[in-house]
Amino acid sequence: MCAVNSEGLTSKSTTAEPSRQNRRSFLGALLAVGSAVVGALLSVPLVRFALFPLIRQTTDTKKSPVGSVSEFASLAEPAMRTIQIEQIDGWRKTVSEKAVYITKDRRDQLCVLSSICPHLGCTVPWNKEKKQFICPCHGGTFSVDGSRVSGPSQRGMDTLETSVEDGKLLVRFEYFRQLVSDKEVVG
Amino acid sequence: MQEMQKIEDQTAGPKTGLWGWMDRRTGVDALLRSALYEPIPGGARFAYVFGSGLLFIFISQVITGIFLALYYVPSADHAHTTVAYITKAVTAGSFLRSLHAYGASAMVIVLLLHLSQTYIYAAYKGPREILWVSGCVLFALVLGMAFTGYLLPWDQRAYFATAVGTNAASEVPLIGETLKRFMRGGTEMGTLTISRFFVAHVFFIPACIFALVASHISLFRKAGAAGPPDEDPYEPKKKTELFYPRQVLMDLSLTALLIVGLGSLCFFAPMQLGPAANPADAQYIPRPEWYYLPIFQWLKYWHGAASVVGILLIPMVLVLGIVALPFFDRSIERRPWKRPIAMGAYGFVSLALLGLGLRSQYLDNHDPGVAQQLAKQKAEEQEYMRKPFETELSSATLAAANVALADPEGAKGKEIFESLSCNACHGDGGVGTAAAPALVGIKAKHSPDQVAALFKHPTAKMTAGGMPPIDLPPDDLKALIAYVESLK
Repeated sequence: MCAVNSEGLTSKSTTAEPSRQNRRSFLGALLAVGSAVVGALLSVPLVRFALFPLIRQTTDTKKSPVGSVSEFASLAEPAMRTIQIEQIDGWRKTVSEKAVYITKDRRDQLCVLSSICPHLGCTVPWNKEKKQFICPCHGGTFSVDGSRVSGPSQRGMDTLETSVEDGKLLVRFEYFRQLVSDKEVVG
Repeated sequence: MQEMQKIEDQTAGPKTGLWGWMDRRTGVDALLRSALYEPIPGGARFAYVFGSGLLFIFISQVITGIFLALYYVPSADHAHTTVAYITKAVTAGSFLRSLHAYGASAMVIVLLLHLSQTYIYAAYKGPREILWVSGCVLFALVLGMAFTGYLLPWDQRAYFATAVGTNAASEVPLIGETLKRFMRGGTEMGTLTISRFFVAHVFFIPACIFALVASHISLFRKAGAAGPPDEDPYEPKKKTELFYPRQVLMDLSLTALLIVGLGSLCFFAPMQLGPAANPADAQYIPRPEWYYLPIFQWLKYWHGAASVVGILLIPMVLVLGIVALPFFDRSIERRPWKRPIAMGAYGFVSLALLGLGLRSQYLDNHDPGVAQQLAKQKAEEQEYMRKPFETELSSATLAAANVALADPEGAKGKEIFESLSCNACHGDGGVGTAAAPALVGIKAKHSPDQVAALFKHPTAKMTAGGMPPIDLPPDDLKALIAYVESLK
């Protein structure tokens, strides 16, 4: 502390004993620089500690298992599954449940749809008779692959990011902005 | 005096350039001069380094404490998890926490040295009575910081040591039980205890310390340094020296020693964290931190009616004697070898404290049962430290799912809720959507009978919103209601 303060001494020039004063000025400068260096060194762990959320990922949504791929091989219509979503939030995690649909896209590949209506967020059920997803709130309809057919929604149902590990279908659940035509992740 | 004037003339320089401008605006140059050119009668000595050493550790404690608060949460639910997060997950977290925890011990050590130096030099004597008293209060406050901070990690060691510590308060006659409840925020240790200790540790005591450190330094500057005890009090012969540069260098050497010592300790032997507090553990043997061991041992000797003497009277007389020392030890004599009573008392109290601390340690080591349990506790701590950090499962989010799983009726209700597409409008877990309100917490508003009535005959407002009447067999209806009422 005091060494940093000693900077004030370096500006002295006229004295009765110039050589002694020069030594003092040199010492003052040395202490000031030394303290600054030590202070900077000591602040390294503090900075690393405070910047931890920038260095590592502190929030994360883990991939949720949906089921085995073979289970959905001969899918005739969209299958609903409730998945557990584990979200890491610093030192805590939350587990919530969400319904998703496993269906096939136009190229006959497995895909997972969020059951949340892109219009206003109601849960969209599959209508077996009409072979369409029909939202009970405002009547939006979507085809078997989730693409928009009719209704107030500005886009089709949202596909979720999937991957396959050891024959298991995994999905990363995300929320998307409602009432817009482009899929845009929120939260 | 003439000599002093000469020194001051020498050190005063013209104020030109940026520094001069700064000084004219802020008076910083004068402030520095008064700090650095403080006269030290008898010259610089290593004996005087402890005061600034304490200031350095205090500032370090304040800074590390503020940073630890970035991640710490003071509640019985989360305190241990957040400290484990700091220790095991956050970059440099273990180092900073160790610095803060070991810093507390370092503070007590340097404080004892500072107190001893003042006592041996008889620097407490007039005109420095108030300075001494403020130092005594600061000592108590630092011990208070150590006591309140110890609980905050909420591991086994912290919990049980504080349980014993607060229990000791109940031994105080008349107000003991009330005092204990005040400290704990209830009859038992719990989340209110953490809140209280946290507030004391982070707001109340530090505010008092800041105020008292300021007054302590200001009182010190007002009275001036006492100087060596063997100086002639009437005609001083030893040369007076300025604080800068020699005393500054001596003070900095202690600071450097503290940085290197504490830094290596924190790096090579970081502070441990034990498993989370388990109040049901009846086997745990609590032991306080080393500086509380003498008191801990002392309390063992006093039981029943005699405890008034041992727990209240003797410590009170001792503390009052120390605080009021300058008011009855009024002779001008400061040389230790000419103050046999004062030095004898100092030696006796120091040896007694040391003896009590060693005795406590000896008893622990020589009781096989105790030694074995203490070793087991240490092993548990080490084992806990080896495990990676585990995130805490937030209890609220899974509440609905857990109830549904635990209660078969609720589980059945959940299936019905989803098959009827109730979740389409009311959301999964009844959290609510744009189309319909949340059902979470409905139990507080409507009884099961009222809910059943609403299901059968929705109100006009509900019907307008698209809610159909629900017609289910009685068992299914009961299950659905059980599920809806369980939503949290």
